[in-house]
Amino acid sequence: MKKTLIELRVNGRAREIAVEPAKLLLDALRQDLELTGSKRGCDDSSCGACTVLIDGTPMLSCTMLAESVAMDEEGNAPEITTVEGVTEHGAMNAIQKAYGDWGGSQCGYCTPGFMMTVKALLERNPEPTDDDIRRALSGNLCRCTGYTQMYQAIKAAIEAEQKGIAATRG
Amino acid sequence: MSEFSIIGKPVALIDSAGKTTGVGKYADDLSLSGMLIGKILHSPYPHANITRIDASRALKLDGVVTVVTGQDAPNKYGILPVGHDETALAVDKVRYVGDNVACVVAESESIAEQAMELIDVEYEPLPAYFDPEESMKAKSDFIHPERPNNIEKDYHHVFGDPEKGFAEADCVLEGRYLAGEVTHAAMEPHATLASFELDSQTGQPGRLTVWSSTQVPYYLQHKLSIVLELPMAQIRVIKPLVGGGFGGKSEIIPLEIIAAVAARKAKAPVKIAYTREEVFWAHRGRPRTIIDLKTGVKNDGRITAVRARVVQDGGAYCSYGVVTILYSGALLGALYDIPNIRYDGYRVLTNKPACGAMRGHGTVNVRFAFESQLDELAGAIKMDPVEIRRVNLLKPPSITVNGLRVLSYGLPECIDRVYEGSEWKSRKGKLGRGRGLGIACSHYVSGAANSIIRSDMPHSTVNLKIDRDGGVIVYTGASDIGQGSDTMVAQIVAEVLGCTLQRVKVVAADTDLTPVDIGSYSSRVTFMNGNAALRAAQEVKKKIVAAACRKMACPPEDVIIRDDHVSKRTGKTGLGSDAHVVAGAPARAFAGEQSAAEILETKDTPRGPVLQTPHAASPASAEPTVSGRVEGQILRHSVQQKRKDEGPKDHMSFEEAVVAAIDFSGALTGTGSYAPPQEARGGKHKGAGVGPSPAYSYSAQVAEVSVDEETGEVTVHKIWAAHDCGRALNPVSVDGQVIGSVWMGLGQAMQEEMVWKDGLLMNPGLLEYKSPSAVESPEVVSYIVESVDPEGPFGAKEASEGSLAACIPAIANAISDAAGIRLREAPFTPDRVLAAIKARDNAKKQDIAGGDDPVHPSQFREHGGSLWFKGRGPMRHPADPARAGIRGPSGDD
Repeated sequence: MKKTLIELRVNGRAREIAVEPAKLLLDALRQDLELTGSKRGCDDSSCGACTVLIDGTPMLSCTMLAESVAMDEEGNAPEITTVEGVTEHGAMNAIQKAYGDWGGSQCGYCTPGFMMTVKALLERNPEPTDDDIRRALSGNLCRCTGYTQMYQAIKAAIEAEQKGIAATRG
Repeated sequence: MSEFSIIGKPVALIDSAGKTTGVGKYADDLSLSGMLIGKILHSPYPHANITRIDASRALKLDGVVTVVTGQDAPNKYGILPVGHDETALAVDKVRYVGDNVACVVAESESIAEQAMELIDVEYEPLPAYFDPEESMKAKSDFIHPERPNNIEKDYHHVFGDPEKGFAEADCVLEGRYLAGEVTHAAMEPHATLASFELDSQTGQPGRLTVWSSTQVPYYLQHKLSIVLELPMAQIRVIKPLVGGGFGGKSEIIPLEIIAAVAARKAKAPVKIAYTREEVFWAHRGRPRTIIDLKTGVKNDGRITAVRARVVQDGGAYCSYGVVTILYSGALLGALYDIPNIRYDGYRVLTNKPACGAMRGHGTVNVRFAFESQLDELAGAIKMDPVEIRRVNLLKPPSITVNGLRVLSYGLPECIDRVYEGSEWKSRKGKLGRGRGLGIACSHYVSGAANSIIRSDMPHSTVNLKIDRDGGVIVYTGASDIGQGSDTMVAQIVAEVLGCTLQRVKVVAADTDLTPVDIGSYSSRVTFMNGNAALRAAQEVKKKIVAAACRKMACPPEDVIIRDDHVSKRTGKTGLGSDAHVVAGAPARAFAGEQSAAEILETKDTPRGPVLQTPHAASPASAEPTVSGRVEGQILRHSVQQKRKDEGPKDHMSFEEAVVAAIDFSGALTGTGSYAPPQEARGGKHKGAGVGPSPAYSYSAQVAEVSVDEETGEVTVHKIWAAHDCGRALNPVSVDGQVIGSVWMGLGQAMQEEMVWKDGLLMNPGLLEYKSPSAVESPEVVSYIVESVDPEGPFGAKEASEGSLAACIPAIANAISDAAGIRLREAPFTPDRVLAAIKARDNAKKQDIAGGDDPVHPSQFREHGGSLWFKGRGPMRHPADPARAGIRGPSGDD
């Protein structure tokens, strides 16, 4: 199938790639841009492992066409953020550190998706209640943790953010 | 100061940064230049002969490189030596909907998908079998000709005198329990990348390298060797990060072999990644199980005898089936003191994807039945359900009637913890209508004492190397699949050597680099690989201590190494407490008689503040003590100069001690191995190899539920889970494993079930399979109980599986407490709960559970009694080719 040239804005950079019209955003990220942090878990937008942020909103890249978020004729393109764009100044973001410290990540396959969901949650709602957290996470599946340690991690990250230091477990 | 400097403190998994930042690589994240993509064509029939495969149309498509069929690799394999019944691709017949028929290798996934439509396959449908009890009656058209009556294996065990036991009982109950089929649904779909390299001498393809999402790289290497007829030494298997296994990657999955066969035929690297639907077809999950259980108790609650007849719906291939059916019987023992057991187990073949090992392998469904019936018995003799469990406790050390050796036994404390945590005494039976508490217990092996391939070889070996830079490199074959085994190995090595965790680098699960470890299954890794790592580190430590004591002019037992700091004990004489390490006593001397403090000798370390968070510590925080220290390295000349200048020292850095040791004794390397002791390997009867373990973990759980009698919906509010893991090397990981196990049990109890129609899986997606999301997951309170096993590394044993099984009966018992209904069929979906409530109230029977009674189930219904399918399921389209093939005994629609 004939490929077309598109431009994506990913993690603050403009990237030009040639894709088939049916190319999914997830495949474009993983195969063409070698951003393999976003994962393919279900093929049908039920697991959330492929979650990326499109202009700050968590969306599932496994059921989204790459072309649909490409730069338009006027030169406007939504900002796509993947897990690779979450680290800050070359160091782990508080939520990434806290997920490690508190066991929020075991096998880690779902973790990039959770990172994006939690990042979006905390940007929208810096002090979420337990119920807010549960509801926000319900679009992402994890098969290892039973979610309990994720709640602890998120609370620790919020606390660390407020203190302005990396989350550590004492 | 704590007894230990590293273990027992919560640390982040050493690979967690790669996981949370997306940098870590899983199999599907890898690619090679010139790599092709493989896609597998699957069977639409549950049971059929293949009369013709013609790929010529597919091969003409631009971008298609080759098509692989069964004839390209006809050698049979299987995870068990007794079960070599699989081929990479079907050779003459297909045995389930989804069986592997051909593989297209093409330049892209989309081309491969187009090409699959162009492969012409002619099938000759055969009668198919979907119900295990029907399948056992088959007289012809067996699924495997060498398995008459479609029985893969049956075992009949009698221990003690069950008849006498039942005669002595004051109360005997019998019942049939059914458990639906569940699957691992690990988040990472299987993926394999295979590549041959050209041999410089012959100019022909030589060595094969396979990167695969596997729990068992060494078994994969072995089976690849059988199928490809390549020597094992020519095959390298590398396990990258694995996105969860739970048993689903603990054997050879067809794509792993197919990718290698395809790479050979295509003469290029080939990657195959399953779609989620293919993962469901590959399956290897927990079989549907029928348990006919009979238990007798005295009026004081003591169990006198148990009889269990278990039928497992094993699917189309043996897989781990023989082991599964043996575990179901063997682990009736080792939890409680049961004097008489009769067990009849049948592993039956059916035309569905093969079942295999899944978390809690073989024990879960039988435990559901047993703990449910024990609750019923408690009710019948008017005894508290906690009390009946307490009166049947083992008195270890002991050997059970079926030959299982039990040493450490934390079950009594587990029961106490959940009894107190749930406020059982004050709340049980007092929560009002529709709300209740239930208790159940479970246990699991810390690794099988006998490997799949029976031999005396070590089950784990670990190599260790320290060079002049002071970096500790551990080479372990253990397969980290997310449970944290790399971290566990690093912790043990750092603890024994007395260095920081950052100093330790783990090289794992690469058959070229790491010594054999038989894999991550049966919860064996902490116990076995941990012991091997402990011994390797002890061997190296001996050399470091020998050098340090010369440098510091003190006896070896006065050398203390902790947190990267080597010092001399002052003010007292060490009474040889370190001596067995230094003097070269066998590493097993750690077992039993010495406490961990003795082996490590950590008291009175003349050092600054203790690092409470090892992962936050940095080697740089150790004070520089010598000149010549350049960026963590010691230049040999400076050290020698310093030695001359200063004479004996009273403390050294870890690097200095390492350099001294290398100067004195040459390379600093060590090897440790572990093989289970003979005493732990079980009895001599047929099938005695499965069940014995060097140690068992124990779990007790209380669940609190409420039942909505209008809708039949059950809500689990909270679960208190206590798990005896021997010693928690990394408490945050132990908590995570326990909570994760309980949660997976919750999924099986409440909502997960594979639903079938004519052998076709009706819910092959994560949305339909419904593993619990955050909103469906209640709070799980985890209590760690440390019984300190005499043979475990620092006393540690299993933590990742044992807690699963107790969850299901704990919920069943809580539902019984809440609503007075006894559900003997799992999962406890609203339709089953409602049907049971109707039965309790003697109301007019409504056919909402597919014509069967969840309180007294008799046989499986294909559709699991779900309301969605109304007991019938959707009709196949008349043009569906599979429809023509359905004329089996239970497949009539």
